[in-house]
Amino acid sequence: MKEITCIVCPRGCRMQAAEENGVITVVGNSCKRGYDFAVSELTDPKRTVCSTVRTAFPDVPVLPVRVSGEIPKARIFDVMRQIGAVCVKVRLGRGDTVIENVLDLGVDVIATSDILIENGKAGGNI
Amino acid sequence: MTNDRYDVIVIGGGPAGLAAAVSAHDNDARVLLIEREARLGGILKQCIHDGFGLLRFGEKLSGPEYAERYIDMFRARDIPALTLTFVTKIVKTEQGFEVHAVNRQGISVHYAHALVLATGCRERTAKQVFIHGTRPSGVFTAGTAQHFVNLLGEMPAKKCVILGSGDIGLIMARRLTLEGARVLGVYEAKPTPSGLTRNLQQCLYDYDIPLHLSHTVTRVFGVDRLEGVEISEVDENMKPIPGTQTRLDCDALILSVGLIPENELAESLGVEIDPKTKGPYCDGQCMTGVPGVFSCGNALHVNDLVDYVSENAAAAGKAAALYTPAPQKYVPLHADGSFLYIVPQRLDLNRDNTKVAVYFRSGGDFNKTRLSVTADGREVFAKKYAFLRPPEMEKLELDFGAFGLTEESDIRFALQLQAEKEREA
Ligand SMILES: Cc1cc2nc3c(=O)[nH]c(=O)nc-3n(C[C@H](O)[C@H](O)[C@H](O)COP(=O)(O)OP(=O)(O)OC[C@H]3O[C@@H](n4cnc5c(N)ncnc54)[C@H](O)[C@@H]3O)c2cc1C
Ligand code: SF4
Repeated sequence: MKEITCIVCPRGCRMQAAEENGVITVVGNSCKRGYDFAVSELTDPKRTVCSTVRTAFPDVPVLPVRVSGEIPKARIFDVMRQIGAVCVKVRLGRGDTVIENVLDLGVDVIATSDILIENGKAGGNI
Repeated sequence: MTNDRYDVIVIGGGPAGLAAAVSAHDNDARVLLIEREARLGGILKQCIHDGFGLLRFGEKLSGPEYAERYIDMFRARDIPALTLTFVTKIVKTEQGFEVHAVNRQGISVHYAHALVLATGCRERTAKQVFIHGTRPSGVFTAGTAQHFVNLLGEMPAKKCVILGSGDIGLIMARRLTLEGARVLGVYEAKPTPSGLTRNLQQCLYDYDIPLHLSHTVTRVFGVDRLEGVEISEVDENMKPIPGTQTRLDCDALILSVGLIPENELAESLGVEIDPKTKGPYCDGQCMTGVPGVFSCGNALHVNDLVDYVSENAAAAGKAAALYTPAPQKYVPLHADGSFLYIVPQRLDLNRDNTKVAVYFRSGGDFNKTRLSVTADGREVFAKKYAFLRPPEMEKLELDFGAFGLTEESDIRFALQLQAEKEREA
């Protein structure tokens, strides 16, 4: 049996999951999403990653980014290395792609703020 | 000196202030928002992690995305905002309020019929926790660390210890780890963690960062720069146990020891503060004890979910827009000792109480609990909870209008542990 805290919503249900003959049973979840999360934790744990990328603009040294969907938990640091290698040279906005299909994982790394565009309008550098 | 008149002035441009301003505007008020920083968005500008907006938008957004959605709504309404403007003083007058502010252009005074205080909260600092030793650099709050990493792109630590298990500390433990720092551990003096259970999972356990409960930092080492800290175990009264000290070498001590609602302006107006929430006492309309002054968001009580902040602030903004002076007819909401607090703390029977959001935290970890609300001994509402924990705030919506309340009514909130109840039966 495995103790799992559901991280899908803020309730943070504490669940117990057990696997027997390939059948997974879950108790302690308050909804179906908790069950799905427990199954994924036992078979193929997934997470999201949020970070920042460097920019070429002195007024905004870093731009916040996140992955557009979940990635395997084991690949978090691989994705972080890709994010760490980027330097943004154009004034991207919220939702714009920073890295397309990162490491072939089927998700993009996207910007999560309009700060570069806003500062550009306000007469920031470049 | 310039001056101008508004129905509602909102102070603070974080998620609470933005939602309050939008809602006041939508209720036909002439609104001005004043924010001391250059950009709107408040603390969410630096909360680049996701998890915001699940309740409000049904999406898992990062802090900046959530804030900017509200900024878009705010701008779409052409509501005037003064940024880089600090409110220094508020004076109550016969017609309303005089709001004194300073910015690069100088001093200005603005007049309002009603005020919404959305000034957020601040972090407890090193001065407020007692630690022996020198005062080297390298000791700072989790919010400061967050500002450095997420806004300035600078790493403030290579190898650090986190004191306190508040959510910002947990979030920063993960963030610093992702950026290549070593987080030696999170040390919490209390026997239970302060942060959300899901943050313990996704910020600490996912990264094998140890959490040490009933432990605290008792000494810091280093002259100019922090070189290490001494950790001690504490007893049930949170007193360090002699002989349990160990030394850890590190270049930063990050404090996540709590947040306090920011209410300097409120207090200067004579608003009475609840010692439990450290925010103003308020009624079902988010109005404080000073008529015409409304409070919302983290200034009212520290929230863990911004979704609730937006909702509560929208209610405050609407109430401020619709505000007309009337004598108060208060009836208190009594919460028994099993609650940490409830908000609001009272109702004003001269106002609309048909749809009142009640926020509460339990005073301890309770499994299988029944919440019961009684009016004059008669149960008017009940709800069962599988578990209640102090870090996870709960919300109810109650129609107090249906309970036939008078000024003499005795309204009580109680938490009954189900096991106890069964024993009684
Ligand atoms: C590190 C951290 C992590 C969090 N994580 C989550 C999470 O994962 N999920 C979630 O849902 N919520 C999270 N929250 C909670 C959420 O961010 C807050 O509840 C929310 O930002 C509070 O909004 P607010 O508008 O009340 O306060 P703030 O965002 O603090 O805004 C207050 C504003 O008032 C301004 N101000 C103050 N005094 C004055 C003055 N005198 N004159 C002019 N302006 C003034 C300040 O500059 C500030 O912009 C987190 C909070 C923090 C700090
Ligand atoms: S099980 Fe459902 S209610 Fe519980 S934390 Fe997960 S998603 Fe939320």
